[in-house]
Amino acid sequence: MTSLVDDPPHGRPRRRPLAEPMPHQVSTDPFDPLSIERLSPEQERYYLASQWKMMWWKFLRHRLAVVAGIFLLVSYATILASEFLAPYSLHSRHVDHIYAPPQGIHLFDGNRFVGPFVYGYSHALTRANLQRVYTAPRSQLQPMRFLCSGDKYYFWGLFESDVHLVCPAPGGTLFLLGTDRLGRDMLSRILYGARISLTIGLLGVSVSFLLGVTIGGLAGYHGGWVDNVSQRLIEVLRSLPHIPLWLALAAILPVTWSPILIYFGITIILGLLDWTGLARAVRSKLLSLREEDFCVAAQLMGARPQRIIARHLLPSFTSHLIASVTLAVPNMILGETALSFLGLGLRQPITSWGVLLSEAQNVSVVALYPWLLLPAVPVILVVLAFNFLGDGLRDAADPYK
Amino acid sequence: MFGYVLRRLFIMIPTLLVISFLVFAIIQAPPGDYLSSYLSELQSQGEAVNPQKIEYLRKQYGLDRPFYEQYFIWVTNLLQGDMGYSFEFSLPVSKVVGDRLALTAVVSVATVLFVWLVSFPIGIYSATHQYSLGDYGLSIIGFIGMATPSFLLALVMLYFANVWFGTSIGGLMDPVYLDEPWSWGKAQSVLAHLWLPVVVIGASGTASQIRRLRANLLDELQKQYVVTARAKGLPRGRLLVKYPLRLSLNPFIADIGTLLPEMVSGAVIVSVVLSLPTTGPMLLDALRSQDMFLAGSFLMFLALLTVIGVFVSDVLLGFLDPRIRLGAGATK
Repeated sequence: MTSLVDDPPHGRPRRRPLAEPMPHQVSTDPFDPLSIERLSPEQERYYLASQWKMMWWKFLRHRLAVVAGIFLLVSYATILASEFLAPYSLHSRHVDHIYAPPQGIHLFDGNRFVGPFVYGYSHALTRANLQRVYTAPRSQLQPMRFLCSGDKYYFWGLFESDVHLVCPAPGGTLFLLGTDRLGRDMLSRILYGARISLTIGLLGVSVSFLLGVTIGGLAGYHGGWVDNVSQRLIEVLRSLPHIPLWLALAAILPVTWSPILIYFGITIILGLLDWTGLARAVRSKLLSLREEDFCVAAQLMGARPQRIIARHLLPSFTSHLIASVTLAVPNMILGETALSFLGLGLRQPITSWGVLLSEAQNVSVVALYPWLLLPAVPVILVVLAFNFLGDGLRDAADPYK
Repeated sequence: MFGYVLRRLFIMIPTLLVISFLVFAIIQAPPGDYLSSYLSELQSQGEAVNPQKIEYLRKQYGLDRPFYEQYFIWVTNLLQGDMGYSFEFSLPVSKVVGDRLALTAVVSVATVLFVWLVSFPIGIYSATHQYSLGDYGLSIIGFIGMATPSFLLALVMLYFANVWFGTSIGGLMDPVYLDEPWSWGKAQSVLAHLWLPVVVIGASGTASQIRRLRANLLDELQKQYVVTARAKGLPRGRLLVKYPLRLSLNPFIADIGTLLPEMVSGAVIVSVVLSLPTTGPMLLDALRSQDMFLAGSFLMFLALLTVIGVFVSDVLLGFLDPRIRLGAGATK
């Protein structure tokens, strides 16, 4: 309706109003035919978000996964500075404090505020079974020191230092999680063990990721006999119990190898049997994706299979890959723990959580010194966190949810 | 159906052949042949070596032949029931293992049954009462069960039994029956001791099975046909049993295939901790002392157990799902 003077199509011409013509306004702004399609900044942020950004938002809604992710980030951050965080060095022994129970941190002595401190031990040997009995009399107050000098260490083997986050009082002890049969501080050993236990999962997963993507990719892209052979192989590997095979493979590793070689050997063994799930996922995705037009286009332009798989096909389900890799890490960690626990995995002096737990193999020892089981706590927490994170990632990566 | 079972049986043969080859390659991998290390060990202990016996063993197991011939001899011997010779015990393997294999099978099968019986009702409850207090509680327990390594659970159980009752609950039978021949009393004693390893080994499997059944059932319950059936007046319980449950049962059965290897794996470690008279502890010893024929026959047996388990799950699936039975099985 541009003006009021127009006649209606039918009937008598309408009488013009006698009064002033009604004011109407015509915008002098240049006409913009796209005005409806233009988005407000708010909408723009939402509609034009990349796939990764949408996934990120979806992931943030998954509270448990976010918490788990932060927990894992913090855990991995600690392994950067284990030497600094641990109150003692990895191998320092305290012959006077063998199998000492955990010392609790106190803030108040009676009603007097002292700040964080522990009560010192005094121990006695029982005549009957030569068991050490530790008591913590309320007389010895040992205030904790912070950012102090303690055991010497080589930070990542680079430079020497002796600064620790917390140290015992001079002449005192600080065994927050107790000590083991050689009087080594459990807390320090758990912190150092994280370095091995957390990285072995990542390394093992990268081995299995490489194998899974390569084999699954070839099988899915080429189909035919390559697919058949790899499918049969996967079936065989899946129907084998893993731990006995891991044990057998770990038993092959020569005793003469250095601990670091054993470490890499174990990661490869862990990865060798674990790629099947990933390979299956990659294969089934590729089977459907390779029929897509963009894939045919790439083929017609003369791209080699290698390039098509890596450049065009894999990126379209990277998010799924990341989620399934995250879910595979805990298996590795549990596998390493089990192997080391049985004494076929990592060996001293390499310290992982599984190696620490192998000290707790004997029930009679555990019954007397239950704190030897404490390294299990980080194992369970990390495995749980990886599971939650993986669940969250998988949900976020699923566009239909 | 018969054709399907037959076809499935036929596939097992090449699978087992590949597995046997893998196992043999693994037990062959350490350098040196077993007899020479056995000889040097005997000599270092100052024991008399009977050269005739060594020669006989060498011939019997073809240890001087090339790899593939040795493998062939090993497999043909296995097929005839000769599992080789244990150098550690100086006895044929079949004499050493005794009833360990049977007990392993009993523990594994009992564990799978336990996992099913427990996870089935709990999974259904969790799905039908989603976000209820019970669902949350069960989910938390399930997650913790999934994250706890089975050997640790075994240790903790042993620890608490020790602290609370002052007894050890390890083993699979009363110590009095240990070297006894099988009798009714012994069987009863085994049954009475079976629950602990079964619960410990089955814990993680139960947890993951519950989660899976819950997820599957929830997917089904959200579908339109459920609403339609409810609108038409089908009682809730009857509807659940008639359609969604049957559909979500499929993956549940198919999972024996993956469940059984996990159970067998877990059983190996748990039996070491609980000192069960199954394959676990002896396999570990055999691997440590490189007693290769012994280790090889254990590995082979465990693999056979899982392959049969997968077979059973496939046959059950065939009964349940006509699509699989009719050989459309080329799953993508």
